[in-house]
Amino acid sequence: MAIHADKDHASRMTPSVGSTYDLPDDAGHFGVYGGMFVPETLMHPLEELRTAYDACRADPNFQTEMDDDLRDYVGRPSPLYHAVRWSRELGGAQIYLKREDLNHTGAHKVNNTIGQALLARRMGKTRIIAETGAGQHGVASATVAARLGLECVVYMGEVDVARQEANVYRMRLLGASVVPVKSGSRTLKDALNEAMRDWVTNIDNTFYIIGTVAGPHPYPMMVRDFQSVIGREARAQMMERTGRLPDALVACVGGGSNAIGLFYPFLDDADVAIYGVEAAGEGIATGHHAAPLCAGRPGVLHGNRTYLMEDDNGQIIETHSISAGLDYPGVGPEHAWLKDSGRARYDAITDDEALAAFHHLTRTEGIIPALESSHALAYAHKLAPTMRPDQIILVNLSGRGDKDMHTVARHDGLVL
Amino acid sequence: MSRIAQRFQQLRESGRTALIPFVTAGDPVPTITVPLMHAMVAAGADLVELGVPFSDPMADGPVIQRATERALAQGVSLTDVLEMVRQFREQDSTTPVVLMGYLNPIEVMGYAAFAQQAQSAGVDGALIVDLPPEEGHDLIALMKAQGLDLVYLLAPTSTESRIKRIGDVASGFVYYVSVKGVTGAGHLNTDAVAAKVAAIKSVIPLPVGVGFGIKDAETAAQLARTADAVIVGSAIVSQMERLAATPQQIPATIADFLAKLRTAIDAVDRSTMPHAESPR
Repeated sequence: MAIHADKDHASRMTPSVGSTYDLPDDAGHFGVYGGMFVPETLMHPLEELRTAYDACRADPNFQTEMDDDLRDYVGRPSPLYHAVRWSRELGGAQIYLKREDLNHTGAHKVNNTIGQALLARRMGKTRIIAETGAGQHGVASATVAARLGLECVVYMGEVDVARQEANVYRMRLLGASVVPVKSGSRTLKDALNEAMRDWVTNIDNTFYIIGTVAGPHPYPMMVRDFQSVIGREARAQMMERTGRLPDALVACVGGGSNAIGLFYPFLDDADVAIYGVEAAGEGIATGHHAAPLCAGRPGVLHGNRTYLMEDDNGQIIETHSISAGLDYPGVGPEHAWLKDSGRARYDAITDDEALAAFHHLTRTEGIIPALESSHALAYAHKLAPTMRPDQIILVNLSGRGDKDMHTVARHDGLVL
Repeated sequence: MSRIAQRFQQLRESGRTALIPFVTAGDPVPTITVPLMHAMVAAGADLVELGVPFSDPMADGPVIQRATERALAQGVSLTDVLEMVRQFREQDSTTPVVLMGYLNPIEVMGYAAFAQQAQSAGVDGALIVDLPPEEGHDLIALMKAQGLDLVYLLAPTSTESRIKRIGDVASGFVYYVSVKGVTGAGHLNTDAVAAKVAAIKSVIPLPVGVGFGIKDAETAAQLARTADAVIVGSAIVSQMERLAATPQQIPATIADFLAKLRTAIDAVDRSTMPHAESPR
């Protein structure tokens, strides 16, 4: 892979400090986090998945197939953009945006669905299922299913179906069945439960494409590997453009796949500070947020141990964020580990701060960001003025804001 | 010998198959659970499985999901469930009680506190749906130290090596999930179940219960020919759902249903069964 060669080049130029990062362990653990906390019915299928994935990882033909798709179908490499005007307005560090918003389907999600769908085809599965919150992962799954001629069923909480009509229609246009989930809080976490139930029932012909770095092993590792094309490209592009690595990385964290995708290739670069940004919703103190790393505690949900939002009896509680893609009570286990180990720092941005950043970037750079990505932008907005103009912040612009027009308009008191 | 082991020994000696009902604790109201447990025992239940409500019941079908939601709407916690068992034990010191639930409420209570409080409440064992042996070392050790049994699920997808692995840690009995699916699923193939139960019994020297998808007396009787225990959950819980507005009617109605299952199971002559002999 061309990008790999660049990465090696970059590694040679930048001394890395400490030992090489090599998590998860063989059983999918990132320290005490991760693992396989699933019903017995899923243990063997997960072992089969892992065996198949290991075989693909070692197979250069699979890598070639994947690289071809990422280039010709997704449009990679995505550009690295120096937001000169916005940086100047903020009056500090130079901000570079990794333009995942320019991918086919409008976000980073497709990097992962391409990989998992190719794996599904190799395993001889004819049916794929997926969970979705805002609908971005559902659309990315329906897209690759259409292209590979696979049946596709997307589970989506009834509440989300109602507030994301356009994406529901998009998935149906692509030939997917969208199943509204009526159990529990009728949002993303319940859609994930329902997809697991479908998988248990239809294991023989069905591949479950999880959309983030959560779920049981090997999903957090596999999704990270597929998404880490973001960080590999960005690292090489930054070296080529500036001759050095960035001083800080910033990405939003819901489940955390775009963030891990950016962070992972930089984990051994001790001089690169890493910031993950959760959704503070109406403010951490109000309890109406989606920030398990900042305000939750460790527990077990959806097949892995990680930070969760839960009550005193261990029941998972409802979350709030203006951004549906961050509205999840758990977080990928690797983020839990990166937090505890101190390698990454996690902070949270409120709905209002994210909206302000959304408008600011739109007006100064002519780029309309997704509300999820706006959380990362809002954090960069705070961080940049504390740094020198010769320093660099690399922000993952994980998706475009077209899908959020109704939400933003409503917030501004308009009806489209 | 644990209460569960004792109960299965008695059943074996009298040539009977165990009948194990499952209900979600606190469904539809917390006050009905203990009277219901007693009514089920009087109607022929040999062991009671009590579901601990969890907000995200990944392995359960719609019937038990709704039962869970009804119980959670009443604020039923793991601590409340242990209190129900303590009350049940005031009048029944012989019928084993197994908790069935998910790991996170136990994580929050703390493993050591859970093992100790479950033991003192009179719980005999636990089946933690999302805790495979690979992840369970600490809790397994603490529960065994309190004399609590660890019941594990086995599935149609369990390979021989997985059956062995579970055999190494399981105690009391093992619970064979008779279908690929969630609780309350359909399409139960009794011949396939019989073959898998035989395969499990050749590896694990424990009684084998069969559950998931047993809806009526006829299926229960068919499974009683091969299984050491027949576990019925969703078929009971769906009747409770219909009576949710009049919970006082639940104990008698469920007792009638269990009595029919009991009669059907007992009509099966286990003495001619290939698997009726004592486990090795």
